[in-house]
Amino acid sequence: MSDQIPTTTPAADTMTTDVSDAAVAVRGLNKQFQTASGIVHALEGIDLTVEAGEFVSLIGPSGCGKSTLMRLIADLDVPTSGELTVFGKTATQARLDQDYGIAFQQAGLLPWRTVAANVALPLELHGVASAARRTRVADLLEMVGLTEFADRFPDQLSGGMQQRVAIARSLAEQPRLLLMDEPFGALDEMTREKMQTDLVRIAADTGAAVVFVTHSIPEAVFLSDRVVVMSPRPGRISDIIPMRLDAADGREERDDDLREASSFFEMVTEVREALHGGASDAENPAPRAARGVDTR
Amino acid sequence: MTTNTTANAIIGAGTGATRTKGWSPRTESILRVVAPVTLGIIVLAIWQFLVTVGGVSDYLLPSPTSIMAELVAYWPAVVSATVLTGTNSLLGLLVGSLLGIILAAVAARWRIADQMSAPIIAALAVVPIVALAPVLNSMFGADSQFGRQAIAAIASFVPIFINTLRGFRQTRPVHRDLMKAYAASSGQMLRSLTLPTARPFILTGIRIASSLAVISALVAEYFGGPRGGLGSLIATSAASSAYSRAWAYVGASIALGLLFYLATLALERLVLRRVPTGGSR
Repeated sequence: MSDQIPTTTPAADTMTTDVSDAAVAVRGLNKQFQTASGIVHALEGIDLTVEAGEFVSLIGPSGCGKSTLMRLIADLDVPTSGELTVFGKTATQARLDQDYGIAFQQAGLLPWRTVAANVALPLELHGVASAARRTRVADLLEMVGLTEFADRFPDQLSGGMQQRVAIARSLAEQPRLLLMDEPFGALDEMTREKMQTDLVRIAADTGAAVVFVTHSIPEAVFLSDRVVVMSPRPGRISDIIPMRLDAADGREERDDDLREASSFFEMVTEVREALHGGASDAENPAPRAARGVDTR
Repeated sequence: MTTNTTANAIIGAGTGATRTKGWSPRTESILRVVAPVTLGIIVLAIWQFLVTVGGVSDYLLPSPTSIMAELVAYWPAVVSATVLTGTNSLLGLLVGSLLGIILAAVAARWRIADQMSAPIIAALAVVPIVALAPVLNSMFGADSQFGRQAIAAIASFVPIFINTLRGFRQTRPVHRDLMKAYAASSGQMLRSLTLPTARPFILTGIRIASSLAVISALVAEYFGGPRGGLGSLIATSAASSAYSRAWAYVGASIALGLLFYLATLALERLVLRRVPTGGSR
């Protein structure tokens, strides 16, 4: 699944493929919030298809609605209008069927549970037998390299380790779709790069589609098959850029060497320019990056 | 691996945190016991001195030795009175805790229930519950302990309800989102998230209520009902001018209140021991 060829142009994306094949299909989606100062258009006219096994990043400045879009896919919020299906079902049905795993910017671990018990939480809630649960948790902790911390409590771990526990938890039920809302946002740069490399490997291993919200351009470029560039007020998709990284034909090939490859920097530049195009007018022709976007 | 060593360093720093100044931990823990005991002995000595040498009337203030003598002489009565009052308090505390937790869960779940109950809770919080004692005594008959138990239950209900309700509102948005993403049922939500989050608040409520339960059960005995509890024995001893004996019963009441407080404190420590206080990210 992971070697599926990503759609190459934004135009191709709007052509209706077999919708039930797609992990996420969004058509004409709008989301408005009622606030004290009036109606806020968080998202307007969003069209996006995420194929099964595809890694798609949503990037844009603060307030562009990228997190809102992810929350709508997760059925944590309800769209005002438009069409949204997850594996051909409504978002609510997909949530009830547990078709996706989710990780937030905060690890959101339960402080009274050990690391192992935190990872086991979704399995427990969905009635997996305790023997099967133990095996699965052991596998997951090994995958994120935290086996020896299984009996620790979250506050005994560093931020990076807590986030790895949260990622292990999101993978517990082998979801075909992973939703991640800036999961590495609070981490230091070195931990972050390691986590990115791990995530690329995990996504390739499991063949899951990933919708990844970030405000870091290099992160989006390194991880994604396609980068969706969004602009704020109202939240719109301003560009969808397929990543052409010479070093990486398959996702599993992506490693730290890629971060220094020229194709990587070309893609970073392309995303940066797309962000700039969406964020400013002619009066300010050549800033290096859009405001509010992390260019590290 | 970088992150692991960092975490170990953090853990090391946490457990290795030392006192900035003063005695060694061992000396300090000994002092924590020795200091108040010493003060107690000094106070008792001064008290004894005032009564025997200073000439304070034995009616006004019985000496510690005479109180002790009464305590020994009436030991079986003291024990049975303590057991009786203790049972009333314990029953009241248990029923009050259960009611408080259940009704707080209802109020947290349905806003309308919260709004409906708010004035009643406020009334219960400000009215001296023992004022209900004569009413309840005549309602349930002069030979029933029920009135006293009911008073202890109502008195302990209030702090437990208020604390638990507050605890139920401490769940974090990220945890609620997570449970929703897992399509958790409301029962699972309560068991896995809301109750554990509220646990420290509930236990604090029970600890506060434990003292209130003893005080209420004891004071309720002043207002009639069957004899035999610590409260009624304090009243009758004082009425018959047996002040040393009254003081002996007062001592037993203090011990009973302390017992309740320490037991609930131990429960709180036991349950929360493995729950880190620091929030996880």
